Amino acid sequence: MQVTKELVGYVAELSRIKLDEAQTEKMQSELGAVIDYMDVLNRLDTDGVEPLSHVFNITNVMREDDVKPSYDRELLLSNAPERTDETVIVPKTVE
Amino acid sequence: MNWEIVMGLEVHVELSTKTKIFCSCTTEFGGAPNTHCCPVCTGMPGTLPVLNEKVLEYAVKAGIALNCDITRYNKFDRKNYFYPDLPKAYQISQLYLPFARDGHVDITTPSGVSKSIRIHEIHMEEDAGKLIHSPYGDATFPDYNRCGVPLIEIVSEPDFRSAEEVVAYLAKLKSSFEYLGISDVKMEEGSMRADVNLSVRPYGSSEFGTRTEMKNINSFKAIERAIAFESQRQIELLESGGTVVQETRRWDDNKGKSLAMRSKENAQDYRYFPEPDIPPISISEEMIKELTDAQPEFAHEKLERYVADFGMAKADAEIITSSKHLASLFEKTTELCGNPKETVYWILSQIMYFMNERGVLPENITLSPEKFARFIGIVLSDRINRQTGKTVFEAMFFADGDFDVEKYIVENNLEQVDDTDLIRETIKSVFAANPKTVEQYKAGQTKVTGFFVGQTMKALKGKAKPDTVNKVLTEELKNL
Ligand SMILES: [Zn+2]
Repeated sequence: MQVTKELVGYVAELSRIKLDEAQTEKMQSELGAVIDYMDVLNRLDTDGVEPLSHVFNITNVMREDDVKPSYDRELLLSNAPERTDETVIVPKTVE
Repeated sequence: MNWEIVMGLEVHVELSTKTKIFCSCTTEFGGAPNTHCCPVCTGMPGTLPVLNEKVLEYAVKAGIALNCDITRYNKFDRKNYFYPDLPKAYQISQLYLPFARDGHVDITTPSGVSKSIRIHEIHMEEDAGKLIHSPYGDATFPDYNRCGVPLIEIVSEPDFRSAEEVVAYLAKLKSSFEYLGISDVKMEEGSMRADVNLSVRPYGSSEFGTRTEMKNINSFKAIERAIAFESQRQIELLESGGTVVQETRRWDDNKGKSLAMRSKENAQDYRYFPEPDIPPISISEEMIKELTDAQPEFAHEKLERYVADFGMAKADAEIITSSKHLASLFEKTTELCGNPKETVYWILSQIMYFMNERGVLPENITLSPEKFARFIGIVLSDRINRQTGKTVFEAMFFADGDFDVEKYIVENNLEQVDDTDLIRETIKSVFAANPKTVEQYKAGQTKVTGFFVGQTMKALKGKAKPDTVNKVLTEELKNL
C-alpha cells in the first residue's frame, strides 16, 4: 500500500492537526515505513492462527459497582491551556 | 408510484449502574460541570480503564431478554474519532465481537400487525460528554460528567416498514428494560436514544435504496414526525429525478425537518482496532443460566396472566402492565385485599386520571399497597360510598407517609349515610323545594327521577348510600 500525500492529509484531517509541507513529507516517509512493515507481516502464513485480542492470556478483569469520590475538578483542569473555572475551552464545534 | 419505506434502528440505552463503565465516578444525572470526573473518564494519559461488572451483568440480561445469542468470548475495540465530547479521542466500544448477536423482538402494532424484528447485534460502549456552545464567540465548553456512562447499542436489521412498527418496537424495548431494572429508559432525558436508518424503494422491489441516518430524535412523537418527513423527502427527490445521498442527518423537531450534517461530521472513518487496555470477556454457562433464570415476568406475559387469572379486559391489562410500577402496585394490592376487580377499578379511574391530567408518573407513585388495600376494604364494607371514595382516594394518593384512611374519614365526617329515615326526610324536603319538577313527574316525565337523586345526594353532601336513596325515592314517588 502506497502512503500518498493525500493519505497523510486525510489522516491529519481526521486527527484535526495541521501539517505543513515539510511535516507532510516527513510523515509520508515515516508512515510509509510502518505500512511497508505490515506488508512484511502480511507475507507470513497465518492460516489456522487465532487473531490475538489481547497480549496477556487473561479475561474478565472487572471491578465492583461502588461509587468512589471523583477527582478535584481544579486538578483535572490544571493542565489545560485554555479553561474556565468549570471546563476546558475548545474551539467552537458548531457553526 | 407506490413506495415502501425500509428502516433499521440503532438504539442507545444508558444502563442504570451506580458507577461509570470504566471508572468509579458516579453516573448520577446533572451535577456541576466536570465534578463527576476522574483521570480515567477525562482521558488522561497513563490511566487504565477497568470494566464495571454490573455493566456486563445488565448488558447480558438485555441480550437474553431480546433473544440473542450471547457471545461467550467477547472483547472491546477502539473507535477513533477526534471530537471534544470524547477526551480520549476514541470511544471504547465493541465491533468485532459484540456481546450479543442474532436476537429478535416480537411486536404487535395498534393496527394489528404482528411481526418479529431481527436484532443484528448488541454491544457495550461508553457515552460521550456534553458540549455547551458559547453564544458569545468561538468557544465550546465540554462537560464530561456523562462521559463514560455505560451504554448498550441495539442494532436491528432493516425490518421496519412503518413508523407504527418503530414505535411499537421502542415501546417494547422500553418496557423490557424497565421490567429488567437495567435502565431509566426515558427518551426525553436521553437515557434511550434512537437513530433511524431510512431508505425507500418501489413496492415489490427486493433491493434496498440508498439510506440516510437520522440522529437526535428524542421522543416517540418526534420519531413519527421524523420518519414522515424523511421518507417524503426521499420520495420527492426520487420522483423528481434526483438521487438520495448517503449521509447523516440531524432531526430538528422544532423546525420539523431533517438537515444534513456538515461533511466533516459525516467523515466516518473510525479506524477500529482491538482495545489493548481491556482484557477480553469470557461469559460462563453458569452466568448465562443464572441471568436467564433471573429474567422477570415481562409485560406481555403479565398481560396474558391477568386476562387468564383475573378475567381482566385486555385493554385494561395493557394499561396496567404498561408500567412495571403500576403492575407491581396492582399485584401487591390485590394480594392484600383479595379483590383484583376493585383494585383495577381504582387504578383505571383514579390513578390513570392523575397520570393523564396532572402528569403523575407511575415511578413517582408513593401510595403503598397496604394503604391501597385498606382503602378498598373500607369501600367494600360500605363505610363510604364510591363518590366519597374518590375524594378519600385523592387525599390518600397525594398525602405523604403518615396518612391514615380511617382517621381521615372520621375527621372529615365522610361516613356513608344509610339511615332510611334521614334519607326519607331529605327526599320529602327535596319534593317540597321543587314543586314544578314534582308536577312534571306526575305528568309522566319520569326522566326527572335523576334530578331528585342528585338533589338528595347533594343535600346529604354526597355521603348517602346510592342504593338506599334509589329504594326510598321509588317508594316516595309512588306516594306522590
Ligand atoms: Zn471517572
